[in-house]
Amino acid sequence: MKTLVPESVRSKAEASLARFLIRNAVPILFTVLCLVGSYYARLPLKFLLNDIIVRMARNSFLVISLIIPVLAGLGLNFGIVLGAMAGQIAVITVTYWEIGGIAGFLLSMLLALPYAILFGWLTGILFNRAKGKEMIAGLILGFFANGLYQLVFLFLVGTIIPFRNEYMLLSTGIGLRNTVNLKGIHYALDNLLKVGVMGLNIPVATFASIVLLCLAIRFLFKTKLGQEFRSVGQNRYVAEVSGINVDRVRIIAVIFSTVLAAWGQLIFLQNIGTLNTYGSHVQVGTFAVAALLIGGATVSRATVGQALLGTFLFHLLFIISPLAGKNMMGSAQVGEYFRVFVAYGVIGVALALHAWQNITKKS
Amino acid sequence: MEQRRTQFGLNIPALVQSAGYPRLIITAFLLALMVYAAVLGLPIGQLVSSILVRFGMNAILVLAMIPSIQSGTGPNFGISLGIVCGLVAATLSIELDLVGLTAFFFAVAVSAILGSLVGYVYGLLLNRVKGQEMTVGTYTGFSIVSLMCVFWLMAPYKSPEMIWPYGGEGLRVTITLQNRFDKVLNELLAFDIVGVRVPTGLLIFLAICCALMWVFLRTKTGMAMLAVGSNPRFAASSGINVDKFRLVGTVLSTALGAVGIVVYAQSYGFLQLYTAPLYMPFFAVASILIGGASIKHATIVQALVGTFLFQALLVVALPVANEAIANNLSEVIRIILSNGMILYALTRKEAGGDLG
Repeated sequence: MKTLVPESVRSKAEASLARFLIRNAVPILFTVLCLVGSYYARLPLKFLLNDIIVRMARNSFLVISLIIPVLAGLGLNFGIVLGAMAGQIAVITVTYWEIGGIAGFLLSMLLALPYAILFGWLTGILFNRAKGKEMIAGLILGFFANGLYQLVFLFLVGTIIPFRNEYMLLSTGIGLRNTVNLKGIHYALDNLLKVGVMGLNIPVATFASIVLLCLAIRFLFKTKLGQEFRSVGQNRYVAEVSGINVDRVRIIAVIFSTVLAAWGQLIFLQNIGTLNTYGSHVQVGTFAVAALLIGGATVSRATVGQALLGTFLFHLLFIISPLAGKNMMGSAQVGEYFRVFVAYGVIGVALALHAWQNITKKS
Repeated sequence: MEQRRTQFGLNIPALVQSAGYPRLIITAFLLALMVYAAVLGLPIGQLVSSILVRFGMNAILVLAMIPSIQSGTGPNFGISLGIVCGLVAATLSIELDLVGLTAFFFAVAVSAILGSLVGYVYGLLLNRVKGQEMTVGTYTGFSIVSLMCVFWLMAPYKSPEMIWPYGGEGLRVTITLQNRFDKVLNELLAFDIVGVRVPTGLLIFLAICCALMWVFLRTKTGMAMLAVGSNPRFAASSGINVDKFRLVGTVLSTALGAVGIVVYAQSYGFLQLYTAPLYMPFFAVASILIGGASIKHATIVQALVGTFLFQALLVVALPVANEAIANNLSEVIRIILSNGMILYALTRKEAGGDLG
């Protein structure tokens, strides 16, 4: 994939610096934005660091769950919303059974697995029928699945699905409340091993699981399956000719992503401690995709490093933008809308750039 | 294909073919709901009235999908760009203290101009992202709607109807049009017939828009646009400037979207600012797809049929759901139906367009 810079008068070092800047234009731009924002936000450094640690632990897993479909040529999997739903179904069940602590957390991981595999399989089939339009299909699928999710948890729970728990149901006895208190599994993973360093609280177990995932992904791409992901991602037709069952490999990639997203959502929820029944999953796809892109990934190229860097920058921006907006523009709301604009805008720009490059490559 | 004629001279398989299964299923479901509503003793006259109103107020937004689909840029998921233009025009008419039909037509004119300008820029973008217009359009729309949230917060409007009464920053989230142009079209020449109130002005306005669209699609420009949409390579080889006519389609679509939201607002009675336009494109896209359009081909009839079926279903489903089960089932049905329809269209083989 490496293209050499055309021979020119420029020295090699200059050329490679230019290439580095162009390749990493997005993360560099966001680093500058974050630095300017942090300056205006005037937050104490310790507070900022603690907050960013919490958010990194909370969100990294979800962002990393996007990598496999990118490398398998499916683009950014907006369908991870379904994974998040699988996680929430598990968490609701575990809370209903009143199983707390790390046992409850592990059980919810186990429970989420079959749902996530099923959802991932269905998503994969859909993506295979909408090749070349996976991203818009994934986005719409997220909305569609959200409708079904609401149908189940607003109207079927308490009527068709036997469910008796006055703390979780609406006062009519039908449908789940808007928020479910997850005190059972709150901090189940984070507090398993918490280390304080110079006033910073580091949830070691959570970070350990993220590191484990990174290593597992690295290992996966050394296996035969991983190589198949790559070759399908590089060129579907060549892969098909060389005897790979492309459709099957694509479905497997989506299943992986969906399962990881389900677990990622569980990590997210055990940290937050309350489930926003009808809202927690809605923005998962958009925010994870935005974070990955801010880290410098594209629709066809993503690494674990980019995912982590992107999560860091995106959430730093999230923490500082209300205060920066207040101090710069005299309104915290401006900052809040601005960060939403940034999330959507970066996705739009990244997708546009990718499509543009594809056209110029063809002609 | 085998074509059997029944004794009555009706070609039923062909009829089913041309109507399409999704429409037949929805129509059947709609009729069943109607019967159920009658059994429940709901006022059918009122239901029909509100079907007519909702049909008229949404149809222009759906009509806006035709130029974009026919010019080959697919359903316009970025129609929210047009929608925010329409909202700016409408707020401007209030700020200038205009009332009644003057206010309405001022808003329509300004929104069409703003929509065309924005549509031109948007069209330039879409020409650079061929094959990914839907995804890029969606996120362009999302980001502009959120950027406009900052605008609504900081807009230098002074009209007391639009800003918060006791301080507070920016414009209100919903602005009432009660003393402005609330229902000026709906009530124009409106009359009652067998308990149904017909919003004549609204329907006439819609008919004019449809007629203009019909004429446009038969002009030289319109024909060239269709050619570009149905086969860009063939069009290019016969000397048509593909990018130019895609641009025409996008400009027209965005401008119609801008006009569409003004008509929508006059019927609804409120302007909804901030994040309200975020998901509107999806319902407009779904409507035309329900009417039988694909992401590559759409007609005026499909837009009208789709809007009618979709809105009728929602209008009838709401009270029936209220009587039968629970409160906001209608909203859930709307989400499932519209997005399910878009998914169906995306996976249809004939709509293929595998980009590879």
